Amino acid sequence: MNRRSLWEQIVQQLEARHADLGLAVLQHIKLVAISMGIAIAIGVALGIAVSRVKKLEGPVIGTASTLQTIPSLALLGFMIPFFGIGELPSIIALFLYSLLPIIRNTHTGITNVDKSVIEAASGMGMTDAQILFRIQLPLAFSVIMAGIRTSAVINVGTATLAAFIGAGGLGDFIFLGISRSMDALVLIGAVPAALLALLLDFVLARLERAVTPKGLKI
Amino acid sequence: MESMVEFVNVSKTYKNGFQPVKSLSFRVQRGEFLVLIGPSGCGKTTTLKMINRLIPHTSGTITVNGKNIAKQNTVELRRNIGYVIQQIGLFPHYTIEDNIALVPALKGWDRRKIRQRVEELLHLVGLDPAVFAKRYPKELSGGQQQRVGVARAMAADPELVLMDEPFGALDPITREQLQDEFLRLQKELGKTVIFVTHDMDEAIRMGDRIAILKDGELLQLDTPERLLTHPVHGFVEQFIGKNRIFQNPELLPVTEVMRSDPATIYPHRSPERAITYMRQRRTDTLLCIDEQGKLLGIISGYDLQGDSARIRTVSEIMKPAEPVLPIDATAKDALVKISESRFGVIPIVNEHGKLSGIVTRGSLISVLAGRWKDEEGGVVS
Repeated sequence: MNRRSLWEQIVQQLEARHADLGLAVLQHIKLVAISMGIAIAIGVALGIAVSRVKKLEGPVIGTASTLQTIPSLALLGFMIPFFGIGELPSIIALFLYSLLPIIRNTHTGITNVDKSVIEAASGMGMTDAQILFRIQLPLAFSVIMAGIRTSAVINVGTATLAAFIGAGGLGDFIFLGISRSMDALVLIGAVPAALLALLLDFVLARLERAVTPKGLKI
Repeated sequence: MESMVEFVNVSKTYKNGFQPVKSLSFRVQRGEFLVLIGPSGCGKTTTLKMINRLIPHTSGTITVNGKNIAKQNTVELRRNIGYVIQQIGLFPHYTIEDNIALVPALKGWDRRKIRQRVEELLHLVGLDPAVFAKRYPKELSGGQQQRVGVARAMAADPELVLMDEPFGALDPITREQLQDEFLRLQKELGKTVIFVTHDMDEAIRMGDRIAILKDGELLQLDTPERLLTHPVHGFVEQFIGKNRIFQNPELLPVTEVMRSDPATIYPHRSPERAITYMRQRRTDTLLCIDEQGKLLGIISGYDLQGDSARIRTVSEIMKPAEPVLPIDATAKDALVKISESRFGVIPIVNEHGKLSGIVTRGSLISVLAGRWKDEEGGVVS
């Protein structure tokens, strides 16, 4: 197949399937958004817990690391006996898969805040909660964001596999393309997925810059 | 006087049995500047941090302002005690203004009052609010940052300020400047300060009293003068350093540099006798005293030589002794006055005007030079 014919194929497929593509992109975003939302909420919370209670550090980070070592396709497969197929098992698998970078970066970010700043804060009579929300989290913010961005990019890629267990998304095009040996369909699924990952990373980076306190950017 | 801080048999014992502080008892008066000093691991920082409960003590009682700190809300206690640390610990994401405003804001002061207070404090520590209020800590030098650290500790006007080697990380010139300014500020505002350092020069410079700790025990708590002149413990003497006193002649009593056997003569003696006596004592001045030992004046060998044929008693050529120093003067007074003395000597008199001794250029030099001799011999620690 030469280049021109591939291009023609793409144009032809897009004409036929642009509505489906739109839906698939939205579905993909939905999977990523929901699983990331839960992962951020629970990951940051666990990261905070781990940084305060030393005993939790081993079990929590160990579990998250183990989850991360399971191949993503296998993790999706694991969900089927428990949650069947479709969106729910996919979101749960994507959520579990996104946890580790968030927990680990939250933990690292908080524990790496300058000890003298914490000592000064508690020496002046700030409560633990005030130290957490006014000092530790703002100062750990960029490290936490780095973890979230890593997770998000991985998540967008992994979400293409969710098509395997019937959750839809851009993976549908890729698998269809593979099974029918149509490169154009593979690209129609893969390129938007890659762009989505880049876009998400870019947006999160901008958000990080916007939210980072001015005193830290000097 | 009422004490601001009181330790009664205070100990800190860790679970593994390590005891950084052992049954410590002392009082700090209101308005006093107390320095805690000792070698590393002596428990000075632990002692300081037990006061604001950053390290809770395990036995004994600590009272601040008459109240047992164990029975107070810790957060409340800390908000009423200023705290300055060596690493400064400014919040990098807060402006200078917000850093200083921290405790007042925690205490719920209203915004106008806080703004006013911040401005006042920045002036107090020598930083122009118009320039610095809106800046961030990273934009300031180390010395400026610690000025902010001091301002922050003073923000809610605490009666007590704890300082843990606050100037230890600064370059020597900045350190000295901040030491002077802080001392002035402390006296002006009448704050009680407890100050940890490992630098003896700083301790002597700053402290009204100095507590020397070793292995968690208090060896001596005294004024700098007393510590230098009357160390009660071999370690104290060694720790202060034998030479320290020569670097601080204002702390060295004049009795250390005087000779207590001055050559004296009664005023009715003959000039011949005076000349003989001078030769015997190898001196060119005699101090004239009465029968009670009261200093009357001074006889110089030069005058004696010129006029011995003309006079019958030495009283005729006696000159008033000027300058004279009291026995409680310091070696520094002697060093300053000796250059004003016509005869190169300073008689030392006690409170009743009786002659106690004499400082000569020779006695000053031999005592102060003694330190160099010690150093050459490698005796000095």
